Amino acid sequence: MVERSKVRVLIAKPGLDGHDRGAKVIARAFRDAGFEVIYTGIRQTPEQIVESVIQEDVDVLGLSILSGAHMVLIPKILKLLEENGVKVNEDVLVIAGGIIPPDDAQELEKMGVAKVFGPGSPIGDIINFVDEKVAKLKKFA
Amino acid sequence: MYPVVMKMIDDLIERMRRGDKRATARLITFVENDEEKAREIIKKIYGYTGKAYIVGITGPPGAGKSTLLDKLIKEVRKEEKIVGVIAIDPTSPFTGGALLGDRIRMQKHSTDPGVFIRSMATRGSLGGLAKATNDAIKVLDAYGCDVIFVETVGVGQIEVDIVKTADTVVLTTIPGLGDDIQTIKAGLMEIADIFVVNKGDKEEADRTVFELKLMLDLEKEKWKERGWRPPIIKTVALTNRGIPELWKAIKRHKTFLEESGRIKDKRRFRAEEEVKTIISDIITGKVGKHMKREEIYSLIGKIAERELDPYSAAELIMEKTLGVKV
Repeated sequence: MVERSKVRVLIAKPGLDGHDRGAKVIARAFRDAGFEVIYTGIRQTPEQIVESVIQEDVDVLGLSILSGAHMVLIPKILKLLEENGVKVNEDVLVIAGGIIPPDDAQELEKMGVAKVFGPGSPIGDIINFVDEKVAKLKKFA
Repeated sequence: MYPVVMKMIDDLIERMRRGDKRATARLITFVENDEEKAREIIKKIYGYTGKAYIVGITGPPGAGKSTLLDKLIKEVRKEEKIVGVIAIDPTSPFTGGALLGDRIRMQKHSTDPGVFIRSMATRGSLGGLAKATNDAIKVLDAYGCDVIFVETVGVGQIEVDIVKTADTVVLTTIPGLGDDIQTIKAGLMEIADIFVVNKGDKEEADRTVFELKLMLDLEKEKWKERGWRPPIIKTVALTNRGIPELWKAIKRHKTFLEESGRIKDKRRFRAEEEVKTIISDIITGKVGKHMKREEIYSLIGKIAERELDPYSAAELIMEKTLGVKV
Protein backbone atom coordinates (compact mmCIF):
# COMPACT_ATOMS: atom_id res chain seq x y z
CA MET A 1 0.00 0.00 0.00
CA VAL A 2 1.19 3.51 -0.75
CA GLU A 3 1.90 5.54 2.37
CA ARG A 4 -1.32 7.52 2.79
CA SER A 5 0.27 10.71 4.07
CA LYS A 6 2.04 11.01 0.72
CA VAL A 7 -1.17 10.63 -1.23
CA ARG A 8 -2.81 13.94 -2.08
CA VAL A 9 -6.57 14.04 -2.53
CA LEU A 10 -8.50 16.98 -3.97
CA ILE A 11 -12.14 17.18 -2.98
CA ALA A 12 -13.89 19.54 -5.36
CA LYS A 13 -17.46 20.68 -5.84
CA PRO A 14 -18.24 21.62 -9.42
CA GLY A 15 -21.49 23.32 -10.32
CA LEU A 16 -23.83 25.72 -8.67
CA ASP A 17 -25.29 23.79 -5.76
CA GLY A 18 -24.09 24.74 -2.30
CA HIS A 19 -24.69 21.38 -0.62
CA ASP A 20 -21.23 20.86 0.77
CA ARG A 21 -21.98 18.58 3.72
CA GLY A 22 -21.09 15.45 1.77
CA ALA A 23 -17.86 16.94 0.44
CA LYS A 24 -16.85 18.02 3.95
CA VAL A 25 -17.65 14.62 5.45
CA ILE A 26 -15.56 12.90 2.79
CA ALA A 27 -12.70 15.40 3.17
CA ARG A 28 -12.70 14.85 6.90
CA ALA A 29 -12.86 11.04 6.50
CA PHE A 30 -9.84 11.05 4.19
CA ARG A 31 -7.99 13.29 6.63
CA ASP A 32 -8.75 10.90 9.49
CA ALA A 33 -7.59 7.97 7.37
CA GLY A 34 -4.22 9.73 7.06
CA PHE A 35 -4.40 11.30 3.58
CA GLU A 36 -3.43 14.86 2.67
CA VAL A 37 -6.68 16.44 1.57
CA ILE A 38 -7.13 19.69 -0.30
CA TYR A 39 -10.61 21.13 -0.20
CA THR A 40 -11.39 23.98 -2.58
CA GLY A 41 -14.92 24.95 -1.54
CA ILE A 42 -18.20 25.22 -3.41
CA ARG A 43 -19.05 26.44 -6.91
CA GLN A 44 -15.89 25.53 -8.76
CA THR A 45 -15.62 25.72 -12.52
CA PRO A 46 -14.11 22.74 -14.38
CA GLU A 47 -11.18 25.01 -15.29
CA GLN A 48 -10.50 25.86 -11.64
CA ILE A 49 -10.68 22.20 -10.65
CA VAL A 50 -8.28 21.07 -13.36
CA GLU A 51 -5.79 23.86 -12.54
CA SER A 52 -5.93 22.82 -8.88
CA VAL A 53 -5.25 19.20 -9.84
CA ILE A 54 -2.19 20.37 -11.75
CA GLN A 55 -0.73 22.88 -9.28
CA GLU A 56 -1.35 20.67 -6.26
CA ASP A 57 -0.12 17.56 -8.12
CA VAL A 58 -2.88 15.46 -6.58
CA ASP A 59 -3.28 11.72 -7.01
CA VAL A 60 -7.01 11.52 -6.39
CA LEU A 61 -9.77 13.83 -7.55
CA GLY A 62 -13.07 13.40 -5.73
CA LEU A 63 -15.97 15.26 -7.30
CA SER A 64 -19.09 15.92 -5.27
CA ILE A 65 -22.11 17.10 -7.18
CA LEU A 66 -25.76 17.37 -6.22
CA SER A 67 -27.07 19.86 -8.74
CA GLY A 68 -28.02 17.39 -11.47
CA ALA A 69 -25.52 18.86 -13.92
CA HIS A 70 -23.10 15.93 -13.56
CA MET A 71 -23.51 14.76 -17.17
CA VAL A 72 -22.29 18.15 -18.37
CA LEU A 73 -19.66 19.03 -15.79
CA ILE A 74 -17.90 15.72 -15.16
CA PRO A 75 -17.25 14.93 -18.87
CA LYS A 76 -15.95 18.48 -19.25
CA ILE A 77 -13.51 17.99 -16.36
CA LEU A 78 -12.32 14.65 -17.82
CA LYS A 79 -11.78 16.29 -21.20
CA LEU A 80 -9.90 19.26 -19.73
CA LEU A 81 -7.65 16.93 -17.74
CA GLU A 82 -6.68 15.01 -20.86
CA GLU A 83 -6.19 18.23 -22.82
CA ASN A 84 -3.73 19.37 -20.17
CA GLY A 85 -1.80 16.12 -20.36
CA VAL A 86 -3.18 14.65 -17.13
CA LYS A 87 -4.12 11.06 -17.92
CA VAL A 88 -7.26 9.97 -16.12
CA ASN A 89 -6.70 6.92 -13.90
CA GLU A 90 -3.04 6.80 -14.90
CA ASP A 91 -1.89 10.11 -13.42
CA VAL A 92 -4.95 10.89 -11.34
CA LEU A 93 -7.73 8.69 -10.03
CA VAL A 94 -11.15 10.29 -10.52
CA ILE A 95 -14.08 9.32 -8.31
CA ALA A 96 -17.47 10.96 -7.93
CA GLY A 97 -20.29 11.17 -5.42
CA GLY A 98 -23.54 12.96 -4.79
CA ILE A 99 -26.96 12.56 -6.37
CA ILE A 100 -26.19 10.64 -9.57
CA PRO A 101 -28.80 8.19 -10.97
CA PRO A 102 -27.49 4.62 -11.66
CA ASP A 103 -27.80 4.96 -15.45
CA ASP A 104 -25.73 8.14 -15.44
CA ALA A 105 -23.24 6.57 -13.04
CA GLN A 106 -22.72 3.73 -15.48
CA GLU A 107 -22.24 6.18 -18.32
CA LEU A 108 -19.70 8.21 -16.31
CA GLU A 109 -17.77 5.08 -15.40
CA LYS A 110 -17.53 4.29 -19.10
CA MET A 111 -16.13 7.77 -19.71
CA GLY A 112 -13.32 7.29 -17.19
CA VAL A 113 -14.65 7.95 -13.69
CA ALA A 114 -13.16 5.08 -11.69
CA LYS A 115 -16.27 4.77 -9.54
CA VAL A 116 -19.38 6.68 -8.54
CA PHE A 117 -20.24 6.45 -4.86
CA GLY A 118 -23.90 7.24 -4.20
CA PRO A 119 -25.59 8.24 -0.94
CA GLY A 120 -25.11 5.66 1.80
CA SER A 121 -21.75 4.39 0.49
CA PRO A 122 -19.75 3.23 3.51
CA ILE A 123 -16.72 5.47 3.96
CA GLY A 124 -14.50 2.46 4.58
CA ASP A 125 -15.38 1.13 1.12
CA ILE A 126 -14.42 4.40 -0.53
CA ILE A 127 -11.08 4.49 1.26
CA ASN A 128 -10.31 0.85 0.49
CA PHE A 129 -11.12 1.51 -3.15
CA VAL A 130 -8.77 4.49 -3.23
CA ASP A 131 -5.96 2.57 -1.48
CA GLU A 132 -6.19 -0.18 -4.05
CA LYS A 133 -6.38 2.06 -7.13
CA VAL A 134 -3.76 4.61 -6.05
CA ALA A 135 -1.15 1.86 -5.86
CA LYS A 136 -1.63 1.37 -9.60
CA LEU A 137 -1.06 5.02 -10.59
CA LYS A 138 2.06 5.68 -12.65
CA LYS A 139 3.59 7.79 -9.87
CA PHE A 140 3.53 4.95 -7.34
CA ALA A 141 3.79 1.85 -9.52
CA MET B 1 20.49 7.49 -8.36
CA TYR B 2 19.37 5.65 -11.51
CA PRO B 3 20.14 7.38 -14.83
CA VAL B 4 16.44 7.22 -15.81
CA VAL B 5 15.51 9.09 -12.64
CA MET B 6 18.21 11.67 -13.33
CA LYS B 7 16.91 12.11 -16.84
CA MET B 8 13.35 12.48 -15.59
CA ILE B 9 14.47 15.19 -13.18
CA ASP B 10 16.39 16.98 -15.94
CA ASP B 11 13.32 16.86 -18.18
CA LEU B 12 11.09 18.23 -15.46
CA ILE B 13 13.52 21.07 -14.75
CA GLU B 14 13.72 21.96 -18.40
CA ARG B 15 9.94 21.98 -18.69
CA MET B 16 9.66 24.07 -15.52
CA ARG B 17 12.08 26.61 -16.96
CA ARG B 18 9.81 26.92 -19.97
CA GLY B 19 6.90 27.74 -17.65
CA ASP B 20 5.23 24.33 -17.44
CA LYS B 21 3.10 24.31 -14.29
CA ARG B 22 2.68 20.55 -14.18
CA ALA B 23 6.41 19.94 -14.20
CA THR B 24 6.82 22.59 -11.50
CA ALA B 25 4.14 20.93 -9.37
CA ARG B 26 5.78 17.53 -9.76
CA LEU B 27 9.17 18.93 -8.72
CA ILE B 28 7.56 20.33 -5.56
CA THR B 29 6.12 16.88 -4.83
CA PHE B 30 9.60 15.39 -5.18
CA VAL B 31 11.26 17.89 -2.85
CA GLU B 32 8.48 17.17 -0.36
CA ASN B 33 8.46 13.38 -0.53
CA ASP B 34 11.89 12.18 -1.45
CA GLU B 35 15.03 13.42 0.21
CA GLU B 36 17.38 11.95 -2.37
CA LYS B 37 15.54 13.53 -5.30
CA ALA B 38 15.25 16.79 -3.35
CA ARG B 39 19.04 17.00 -3.11
CA GLU B 40 19.50 16.44 -6.84
CA ILE B 41 16.80 18.93 -7.76
CA ILE B 42 18.05 21.72 -5.49
CA LYS B 43 21.65 21.22 -6.65
CA LYS B 44 20.50 21.60 -10.23
CA ILE B 45 18.17 24.58 -9.87
CA TYR B 46 20.03 26.61 -7.27
CA GLY B 47 21.70 28.71 -9.94
CA TYR B 48 18.31 29.88 -11.17
CA THR B 49 17.12 31.03 -7.74
CA GLY B 50 17.53 34.21 -5.73
CA LYS B 51 15.38 36.42 -7.89
CA ALA B 52 12.05 36.08 -6.08
CA TYR B 53 11.08 38.33 -3.19
CA ILE B 54 9.69 36.29 -0.32
CA VAL B 55 6.88 37.61 1.85
CA GLY B 56 5.67 35.71 4.90
CA ILE B 57 2.10 36.07 6.08
CA THR B 58 1.66 34.86 9.63
CA GLY B 59 -0.81 35.26 12.48
CA PRO B 60 -3.31 33.34 14.59
CA PRO B 61 -5.91 30.96 13.09
CA GLY B 62 -8.90 32.77 11.69
CA ALA B 63 -7.15 36.16 11.51
CA GLY B 64 -7.89 36.30 7.79
CA LYS B 65 -4.49 35.38 6.36
CA SER B 66 -5.86 33.55 3.33
CA THR B 67 -8.42 36.23 2.58
CA LEU B 68 -5.78 38.92 2.93
CA LEU B 69 -3.53 36.98 0.61
CA ASP B 70 -6.31 36.57 -1.94
CA LYS B 71 -6.63 40.36 -2.11
CA LEU B 72 -2.86 40.90 -2.10
CA ILE B 73 -2.43 38.59 -5.09
CA LYS B 74 -4.92 40.73 -6.99
CA GLU B 75 -2.99 43.88 -6.07
CA VAL B 76 0.38 42.41 -7.12
CA ARG B 77 -1.04 41.06 -10.37
CA LYS B 78 -1.93 44.63 -11.39
CA GLU B 79 1.82 45.09 -11.82
CA GLU B 80 1.96 41.93 -13.95
CA LYS B 81 4.37 40.25 -11.60
CA ILE B 82 4.36 36.45 -11.47
CA VAL B 83 3.08 35.33 -8.07
CA GLY B 84 3.73 32.10 -6.21
CA VAL B 85 1.89 31.08 -3.07
CA ILE B 86 2.77 28.38 -0.57
CA ALA B 87 -0.04 27.93 1.92
CA ILE B 88 0.61 25.73 4.92
CA ASP B 89 -1.87 23.92 7.14
CA PRO B 90 -1.25 21.44 9.95
CA THR B 91 -0.74 17.68 9.70
CA SER B 92 -2.54 15.62 12.31
CA PRO B 93 -0.11 14.31 14.93
CA PHE B 94 -2.35 11.26 15.31
CA THR B 95 -3.12 10.08 11.79
CA GLY B 96 -0.59 11.88 9.57
CA GLY B 97 -3.53 13.22 7.59
CA ALA B 98 -4.20 16.86 6.83
CA LEU B 99 -6.97 19.08 5.60
CA LEU B 100 -5.56 21.89 3.51
CA GLY B 101 -8.17 24.59 3.11
CA ASP B 102 -6.31 27.83 2.42
CA ARG B 103 -6.91 27.48 -1.29
CA ILE B 104 -10.67 28.03 -0.85
CA ARG B 105 -10.16 31.78 -0.44
CA MET B 106 -7.79 32.09 -3.38
CA GLN B 107 -9.48 29.82 -5.90
CA LYS B 108 -10.37 32.59 -8.32
CA HIS B 109 -6.65 33.03 -9.02
CA SER B 110 -6.31 29.34 -9.91
CA THR B 111 -6.86 29.93 -13.59
CA ASP B 112 -4.62 33.00 -13.80
CA PRO B 113 -1.52 31.86 -15.74
CA GLY B 114 0.58 34.28 -13.67
CA VAL B 115 -0.29 32.67 -10.33
CA PHE B 116 0.86 29.35 -8.87
CA ILE B 117 -0.72 28.21 -5.61
CA ARG B 118 0.47 25.19 -3.67
CA SER B 119 -0.89 23.86 -0.39
CA MET B 120 1.50 22.10 1.94
CA ALA B 121 1.04 20.15 5.16
CA THR B 122 3.43 20.62 8.09
CA ARG B 123 4.29 16.88 8.26
CA GLY B 124 5.60 17.03 11.79
CA SER B 125 7.36 20.38 11.61
CA LEU B 126 6.47 22.62 14.56
CA GLY B 127 7.70 26.08 13.61
CA GLY B 128 4.68 27.12 11.56
CA LEU B 129 6.10 25.98 8.22
CA ALA B 130 6.33 22.63 6.43
CA LYS B 131 9.64 20.77 6.42
CA ALA B 132 10.11 21.26 2.68
CA THR B 133 8.94 24.88 2.53
CA ASN B 134 12.37 26.29 1.74
CA ASP B 135 12.93 23.82 -1.07
CA ALA B 136 9.46 24.43 -2.51
CA ILE B 137 10.25 28.17 -2.48
CA LYS B 138 13.37 27.47 -4.52
CA VAL B 139 11.37 25.54 -7.10
CA LEU B 140 8.89 28.42 -7.47
CA ASP B 141 11.78 30.88 -7.62
CA ALA B 142 13.45 28.91 -10.43
CA TYR B 143 10.08 28.62 -12.17
CA GLY B 144 10.13 32.40 -12.46
CA CYS B 145 8.00 33.85 -9.66
CA ASP B 146 8.75 37.50 -8.89
CA VAL B 147 7.01 37.41 -5.52
CA ILE B 148 6.43 34.34 -3.37
CA PHE B 149 3.96 34.55 -0.51
CA VAL B 150 4.31 32.00 2.25
CA GLU B 151 1.26 31.65 4.45
CA THR B 152 2.13 29.94 7.72
CA VAL B 153 -0.20 27.74 9.72
CA GLY B 154 -2.30 29.63 12.22
CA VAL B 155 0.29 30.44 14.88
CA GLY B 156 0.33 31.09 18.60
CA GLN B 157 3.31 32.68 20.28
CA ILE B 158 6.45 30.85 19.24
CA GLU B 159 6.00 29.42 15.76
CA VAL B 160 8.44 31.85 14.24
CA ASP B 161 10.34 29.86 11.61
CA ILE B 162 8.97 32.22 8.98
CA VAL B 163 11.56 34.78 10.08
CA LYS B 164 14.25 32.44 8.76
CA THR B 165 12.50 32.13 5.43
CA ALA B 166 10.91 35.43 4.42
CA ASP B 167 12.41 38.76 3.41
CA THR B 168 9.40 40.60 4.81
CA VAL B 169 7.22 39.19 7.59
CA VAL B 170 3.65 40.46 7.77
CA LEU B 171 2.03 39.66 11.11
CA THR B 172 -1.73 39.61 10.82
CA THR B 173 -3.61 40.07 14.04
CA ILE B 174 -7.23 40.85 14.87
CA PRO B 175 -8.99 42.86 17.54
CA GLY B 176 -10.00 41.21 20.78
CA LEU B 177 -7.22 38.67 21.29
CA GLY B 178 -6.21 39.90 24.72
CA ASP B 179 -4.94 42.91 26.61
CA ASP B 180 -1.84 45.01 26.02
CA ILE B 181 0.37 42.56 27.92
CA GLN B 182 0.06 40.18 24.97
CA THR B 183 1.74 42.78 22.78
CA ILE B 184 4.89 42.95 24.89
CA LYS B 185 5.46 39.22 25.16
CA ALA B 186 8.48 37.71 23.47
CA GLY B 187 8.26 35.60 20.34
CA LEU B 188 5.76 36.25 17.62
CA MET B 189 5.37 39.96 18.30
CA GLU B 190 9.09 40.51 17.74
CA ILE B 191 9.32 39.13 14.23
CA ALA B 192 6.98 41.48 12.38
CA ASP B 193 8.30 43.85 9.74
CA ILE B 194 4.73 45.00 9.17
CA PHE B 195 1.72 44.69 11.47
CA VAL B 196 -1.73 44.21 10.02
CA VAL B 197 -4.84 44.61 12.13
CA ASN B 198 -7.39 42.78 10.04
CA LYS B 199 -11.16 42.86 10.58
CA GLY B 200 -10.53 46.57 11.11
CA ASP B 201 -14.25 47.33 10.98
CA LYS B 202 -14.70 45.69 14.38
CA GLU B 203 -15.36 47.95 17.31
CA GLU B 204 -12.13 47.32 19.21
CA ALA B 205 -9.89 47.59 16.13
CA ASP B 206 -8.64 51.07 16.97
CA ARG B 207 -7.76 49.94 20.46
CA THR B 208 -5.67 47.07 19.05
CA VAL B 209 -3.87 49.50 16.73
CA PHE B 210 -3.26 51.81 19.69
CA GLU B 211 -1.83 49.00 21.86
CA LEU B 212 0.52 47.94 19.10
CA LYS B 213 1.63 51.53 18.67
CA LEU B 214 2.35 51.83 22.39
CA MET B 215 4.33 48.61 22.24
CA LEU B 216 6.43 49.93 19.36
CA ASP B 217 6.90 53.29 21.13
CA LEU B 218 8.74 51.47 23.92
CA GLU B 219 11.57 50.74 21.54
CA LYS B 220 11.95 54.02 19.65
CA GLU B 221 15.74 53.81 19.88
CA LYS B 222 15.84 50.38 18.30
CA TRP B 223 13.78 51.48 15.30
CA LYS B 224 15.90 54.56 14.83
CA GLU B 225 19.06 52.52 14.84
CA ARG B 226 17.60 49.91 12.53
CA GLY B 227 16.13 52.48 10.17
CA TRP B 228 12.78 50.71 9.98
CA ARG B 229 9.87 50.97 12.36
CA PRO B 230 7.18 48.36 11.61
CA PRO B 231 4.12 50.16 10.31
CA ILE B 232 0.66 49.18 11.55
CA ILE B 233 -1.92 48.83 8.83
CA LYS B 234 -5.61 48.47 9.49
CA THR B 235 -7.34 46.32 6.89
CA VAL B 236 -10.72 44.82 6.12
CA ALA B 237 -9.60 42.04 3.80
CA LEU B 238 -13.13 41.12 2.75
CA THR B 239 -13.77 44.56 1.26
CA ASN B 240 -10.17 45.21 0.14
CA ARG B 241 -9.80 48.14 2.56
CA GLY B 242 -6.13 48.77 3.35
CA ILE B 243 -4.80 46.22 0.86
CA PRO B 244 -3.14 48.72 -1.54
CA GLU B 245 -1.49 50.33 1.50
CA LEU B 246 -0.26 46.94 2.66
CA TRP B 247 1.34 46.14 -0.70
CA LYS B 248 2.96 49.59 -0.71
CA ALA B 249 4.36 48.93 2.77
CA ILE B 250 5.79 45.59 1.63
CA LYS B 251 7.50 47.31 -1.30
CA ARG B 252 8.79 50.05 1.01
CA HIS B 253 10.29 47.41 3.27
CA LYS B 254 11.91 45.71 0.29
CA THR B 255 13.49 49.00 -0.79
CA PHE B 256 14.69 49.59 2.77
CA LEU B 257 16.31 46.14 2.95
CA GLU B 258 18.02 46.62 -0.39
CA GLU B 259 19.26 50.15 0.20
CA SER B 260 20.51 49.47 3.72
CA GLY B 261 22.20 46.25 2.64
CA ARG B 262 20.23 44.34 5.24
CA ILE B 263 18.88 41.99 2.60
CA LYS B 264 22.37 40.51 2.35
CA ASP B 265 22.52 39.90 6.11
CA LYS B 266 19.10 38.28 5.98
CA ARG B 267 20.07 35.96 3.17
CA ARG B 268 23.35 35.05 4.83
CA PHE B 269 21.49 34.24 8.06
CA ARG B 270 19.02 32.15 6.07
CA ALA B 271 21.80 30.23 4.32
CA GLU B 272 23.41 29.48 7.68
CA GLU B 273 20.17 28.20 9.19
CA GLU B 274 19.52 26.11 6.11
CA VAL B 275 22.90 24.42 6.15
CA LYS B 276 22.51 23.68 9.87
CA THR B 277 19.16 22.01 9.22
CA ILE B 278 20.53 19.99 6.34
CA ILE B 279 23.49 18.80 8.40
CA SER B 280 21.29 17.66 11.26
CA ASP B 281 18.96 15.92 8.80
CA ILE B 282 21.90 14.12 7.20
CA ILE B 283 23.18 12.99 10.58
CA THR B 284 19.75 11.76 11.66
CA GLY B 285 19.48 9.93 8.36
CA LYS B 286 22.88 8.33 8.89
CA VAL B 287 21.81 6.97 12.25
CA GLY B 288 19.02 5.13 10.47
CA LYS B 289 21.47 3.70 7.95
CA HIS B 290 24.25 2.63 10.31
CA MET B 291 22.23 1.25 13.17
CA LYS B 292 19.50 -1.31 13.23
CA ARG B 293 16.11 -0.23 14.46
CA GLU B 294 16.21 -2.80 17.29
CA GLU B 295 19.57 -1.48 18.41
CA ILE B 296 18.23 2.05 18.69
CA TYR B 297 15.05 0.89 20.39
CA SER B 298 17.01 -1.12 22.91
CA LEU B 299 19.03 1.99 23.81
CA ILE B 300 15.83 4.00 24.09
CA GLY B 301 14.36 1.30 26.31
CA LYS B 302 17.40 1.55 28.59
CA ILE B 303 16.93 5.30 28.91
CA ALA B 304 13.30 4.82 29.87
CA GLU B 305 14.29 2.19 32.45
CA ARG B 306 16.90 4.57 33.87
CA GLU B 307 19.74 2.16 33.04
CA LEU B 308 21.33 4.73 30.75
CA ASP B 309 21.10 8.53 30.59
CA PRO B 310 20.06 10.20 27.31
CA TYR B 311 23.38 12.02 26.79
CA SER B 312 25.44 8.84 27.01
CA ALA B 313 23.03 7.15 24.62
CA ALA B 314 23.35 10.00 22.13
CA GLU B 315 27.16 9.83 22.40
CA LEU B 316 27.08 6.09 21.77
CA ILE B 317 24.88 6.52 18.70
CA MET B 318 27.07 9.30 17.30
CA GLU B 319 30.19 7.20 17.78
CA LYS B 320 28.64 4.29 15.94
CA THR B 321 27.38 6.35 13.01
CA LEU B 322 30.10 8.94 12.55
CA GLY B 323 32.99 6.95 13.94
CA VAL B 324 34.21 9.85 16.07
CA LYS B 325 34.08 10.57 19.75
CA VAL B 326 31.80 13.47 20.61
